[in-house]
Amino acid sequence: MLSVAVFLPLLAGLVLLAVPRPRDGLVAWTWVCVAALDLFLVLVLWARYPAAVGPGQDAVGGFAFETHVRWIPSVGAGYHIGVDGLSLPLLAMTAVLFLACAVHSLRQRRRTRAHAVLFLFLQTVSLGVFSALDLLLFFVFFDLSIVGMYFVIAGWGHGRPARSALQFFLYTFLGSLALLLGFIGLYLAADPHTFDIVELTGRPPLEDGGPVAGLVLLAIALGLAIKTPTVPFHTWLPPAHTDAPAAGSAILAGVLLKMGTYGFVRVAMPILPGAWREYAMVFVVVGVVSVLYGALVALAQTDFKRMVAYTSVNHMGYILLGLGAAGLATADEARAAALAVTGSVTQMVSHGLLTGALFLLAGALHDRGGTYRMASYGGLAGTMPLLAALTSLAAFGSLGLPGLSGFIAEFQIFTGSLSFVPVPTAVAFLGILLTAALFLRALQQLFTGDLRIPEHARTGDLTARELVAIAPLTALSVAIGLFPRFLLDPIEPAARALVALVVR
Amino acid sequence: MSMTGHVDPAMLVPEIVLALAAVAALLLGGWTPRRRQWTVRLCVVAALLGALAAALTAWARSEDMVTGGFAVDAGTHAVRVTVLVGVLVAVLLAGDSFSGHPRESESYVLLLLGALGTVALAGASDLLVLAAAYLLASIPLYALTGLTRDSGGTEGALKFYLLGAMLGILLLTGTALLLGAGGATDYATLAGALPDAPRALVAAGTVAVLAGLLFKAGGVPGHFWVPDVTEGAPAPVAAFVTTVPKIGALVALYRLGNEVLTRAPLDWPLLCALLAAASMTLGNLGAFFQTDARRLLAYSAISQVGYLLMAVAAVGGTAGLARPGLLFYLAAYAVTNLGAFAVVCSLPATRSLEQYTGLFHRRPWSALSLVVCLLGLVGTPPTAVFVGKLTVFTAALDAGLVWLVVLAAVNTVVSLFYYLRWVFPLFRARPTTSGEGAITGLARRTSTGVAVTLAAVSLAMGVLAGPLLGVL
Repeated sequence: MLSVAVFLPLLAGLVLLAVPRPRDGLVAWTWVCVAALDLFLVLVLWARYPAAVGPGQDAVGGFAFETHVRWIPSVGAGYHIGVDGLSLPLLAMTAVLFLACAVHSLRQRRRTRAHAVLFLFLQTVSLGVFSALDLLLFFVFFDLSIVGMYFVIAGWGHGRPARSALQFFLYTFLGSLALLLGFIGLYLAADPHTFDIVELTGRPPLEDGGPVAGLVLLAIALGLAIKTPTVPFHTWLPPAHTDAPAAGSAILAGVLLKMGTYGFVRVAMPILPGAWREYAMVFVVVGVVSVLYGALVALAQTDFKRMVAYTSVNHMGYILLGLGAAGLATADEARAAALAVTGSVTQMVSHGLLTGALFLLAGALHDRGGTYRMASYGGLAGTMPLLAALTSLAAFGSLGLPGLSGFIAEFQIFTGSLSFVPVPTAVAFLGILLTAALFLRALQQLFTGDLRIPEHARTGDLTARELVAIAPLTALSVAIGLFPRFLLDPIEPAARALVALVVR
Repeated sequence: MSMTGHVDPAMLVPEIVLALAAVAALLLGGWTPRRRQWTVRLCVVAALLGALAAALTAWARSEDMVTGGFAVDAGTHAVRVTVLVGVLVAVLLAGDSFSGHPRESESYVLLLLGALGTVALAGASDLLVLAAAYLLASIPLYALTGLTRDSGGTEGALKFYLLGAMLGILLLTGTALLLGAGGATDYATLAGALPDAPRALVAAGTVAVLAGLLFKAGGVPGHFWVPDVTEGAPAPVAAFVTTVPKIGALVALYRLGNEVLTRAPLDWPLLCALLAAASMTLGNLGAFFQTDARRLLAYSAISQVGYLLMAVAAVGGTAGLARPGLLFYLAAYAVTNLGAFAVVCSLPATRSLEQYTGLFHRRPWSALSLVVCLLGLVGTPPTAVFVGKLTVFTAALDAGLVWLVVLAAVNTVVSLFYYLRWVFPLFRARPTTSGEGAITGLARRTSTGVAVTLAAVSLAMGVLAGPLLGVL
C-alpha cells in the first residue's frame, strides 16, 4: 500500500513517456489525476494509521505499513519503508503540494510531457525519502531529488538557469556525499553491520558519544544542513529559487528543504543520541543565527521571490532551534522537549504549505508583470483582490499570526525551548518581529497605494486554475491553525518516543 | 590443488574458446569477401556467447584452483564474465563502425586477443605469467589504435606503444628483482619469502611491477597515453582500450596485494592509496575544461582508476568488502563507460560537447542513455557505479583510510561539474548555427541499441546489486 503510494507517480511518468506523442492537455490532466489519486492514497494511509500501528505506539519503532525486502544483503541494506507520526504529516504535505503544482501547471506549454514526468519522478523521490527506513534507501531518494530538481531548474527556469542549476547541483551533491560518509560510518560502527534505521535506532552503535560519534554526526549534520539549508550553507538557495520556475520553487522550498530537517529527526537524533546531546548547543546556535540572518537578509531584498527564499532560511532556523533544545533536556523535562520537537515537525508541514503557496503566488505575479521586483508594483489589491487576499493570508501565516499554522508551530517551539535555552530562544523571538516587518512591508508595497504595474502587464486577477492550486494550501494552514489536533495527534506520540531516545 | 600438478584444460575453456575464435576469425576473414565480413562478426559473436556460457558454467561449479601460474577463483570468474561482455559490446560497436572496412575481421582478432590477455592478467598467479599476459593484453591494442592510419590514430598508437614498451620493460625488471628477493616467481612462494627479503629490493621490484600494471589500468603515473589514444583511435577501439584492460590490471593489482605482499616489508596500502588519490585528482583536473567528448571520457577513465584503486588499497579491512567491491565496481564501470562510448559511437560526426546540443529532442533514447551513463559514472544512485562506489568507500573506510574516502567524495563532486557540462547541452533548445550538421547525420542503429541496453543494464545492476554482490 505504502509502496504503491510511493511509486505510483513514477509509474505514471513512465507510462506517459511510453505513449507516442500525447497531446499536452492529456498529459497535464493525467498528471493532475495521478497526483490526486496519490493524495487520496496517502489520506487513506493516514486514516488507517492509528489502527495499523496499534496501542503501543509510544514505544520506539511504532512504524506502520512496513515493507522489508532484501536489496543488497552483503552490505546490510534493504528496501525497508514504513511510516510513523513523524513521516505521515510530511507525506501528506508532499502529496498536497505536488497536487497543487500539478493544477498550477495545467497551462504549462513548454515541453509539457518532460515537465510532468520530472515532477512525477520528484514526487516518488520525495515520498520515498519520507518513508525510507533504511539509510541507503534514504540516501538514494535524497540524491535523486537533486537530479530531478537540477533538470527542473535547468530546463524550465529563467534568468541564468544553467548556472543556478549547476551551482545547486554541486552544492547539494557535496552535502549528500558528506551524508553518505556519515551513513557509512554508522554502518561500520554497527554490529552487525547494517543500514537499517529501525535496527540502528533500537541499538544505537555510537550511543555514548565520543570522537567517532562526533565525526559521524558532523558528516551527517553537514549533509543535512546544506540541504536544509542553515547559515552558513544557504548560499545555493537564493539563486536556485530566483531562477527556478514557480512550481519548481514551491517543491524545492516546500518539500526538498524538509528532507534536511526530516533527516535530523529520523537519523541524526535517534541514531546518535549521545553525540546529539553533546553538540546540541551547536545546533541551537546555528538555528538562532539562521533565524536572525535569514530574516535580516530577507528584509534587505527588493525582489519578492528572493525575499520569500530567504524567509525559508529563517523558518528552517526555528526547526533547528527546537530540535537542538530537545537535545539539552533531562529525563524530567521530557514533556517540554517533546513539545519543542512537535513544534518543529509542525513547522515543517506549515512551512511547506505556506511557502509553497507564496512561491506559486510569486509565479502568478511574474506571469502578470514579468518581474519579481516589488518596486515595479503597487496598489494591486484594487484590481487583483484574490491575489492580494491569498498573499496576505500566506504572509500572515508565515510570520506566525495566531489562527494560522505558523503560530501553532512556532508557539510550541518557543515554549518547548525556553526552559532549556532561554537566551537563544529570546534572541530568536526577534526573528518573528523581523519577518513581520518584512512581510508587512512587502504587502504594503505590492497591494496598497496607487496602482502601479509594469508596462504591458496583464491585470487580471487569479484564474480559476491558480485559485484551485493555491487556495487549498492557505485553507489547510487556517485549518491547522484553528483545529490543530488532527495534525498533532500523530506527531505527539512520535515526538515523545523520539525525545525518550534522546534525553539522558 | 597442487601448484605444479597437471594443467586441467577443462578449467580454461573460456580462454581456449577466445584463442580459437581469434585464429578462426583470422582464417575466415581471409577467405570472405569484404562485403560479407558480417559472417565473421556473426561467428565471433557466437564464439563469445559460447565462451560466456562456459565462463558462467565454470563459475556455477565454483572450484578454486591454481595450476601452472593461473588461478581460477571468484575473481577470475567475475573478470571472465565482465571482459567477455565488454569485448562482445566492443565487437558490436566495431561492426557498426567498421562494416566493410578492409581490416574489419583483423580488428575482431585483435579485440579477442586483447581480451584474452586481460583475462590472463587477472588470473595470473605467477609474475612470469603476469608479464606474458601484459604483452598479450598490450600488443594487439597498439595495432588496433593505429588501425585507421590517420594522423590522430598514428600519434596515439605511437605514444601508446612507446609508453607500453617502456613500462613493460619496467614490469620485467620488477619481476627480476622480486625473483632475486624471493627466489621464485609464483605468488605462493613469494608470499612466504618476501617478509625476510631485503626491504629495498622488495620495494623496488614491487614499484616496477606496479608501474607496468598502472599502465594497463590507465592510472597515474602510467596514464599519459589515455587521452591521445581515446581521441585518436576509432571510437569502438577507444571504448575497448579505456574499459577492458583495466579490469584485468586492477584485479592483478588486488591479487598482488592480497596474496603476495600482505606481510612484505612495504606499506602497500599506503602506496596504493597515494596512487589512488593522485589518479582521481589528476584525472578530474584534466577533465575539467575538455571540450571534446572523447577526451573528457578519457580523463574520466583516469579518475575512475583512482576510485578503483581504493579497493586495492583497502586490502587490510576486516569487513571483507574490498574484493566484492572491486569486482562489482569493475563490472559496473565497464557497463557504464561502454554505454557512454556506445552513444559516442552511434553519432560518428559528433565530437565536441557543443555538438551534442539538442540531442534530447532528436534522439531522446540516445540522450537518456547518455544521461544515465554519465550520472552513473558520477555515482548517482540507483545506477551500478553507485553501489560499486558505496562498497569501495565502505571498504576503504573500514581499512582506516578516512582521508582517502573524504578526498574521493570531494573528487566525486568535482567530477560532477564536467559530466554536467556534457549533460546540460543535451536538453537545450536546438542550435540554430553551428553543430547543426552533427546530430542530423545518420545515427548508427546497432550502437544506439547497445547504448540503450547498457544504460538499462547499469540501472538494473544497481537495483539488483544484492544477489550480484553476494556471489562475488
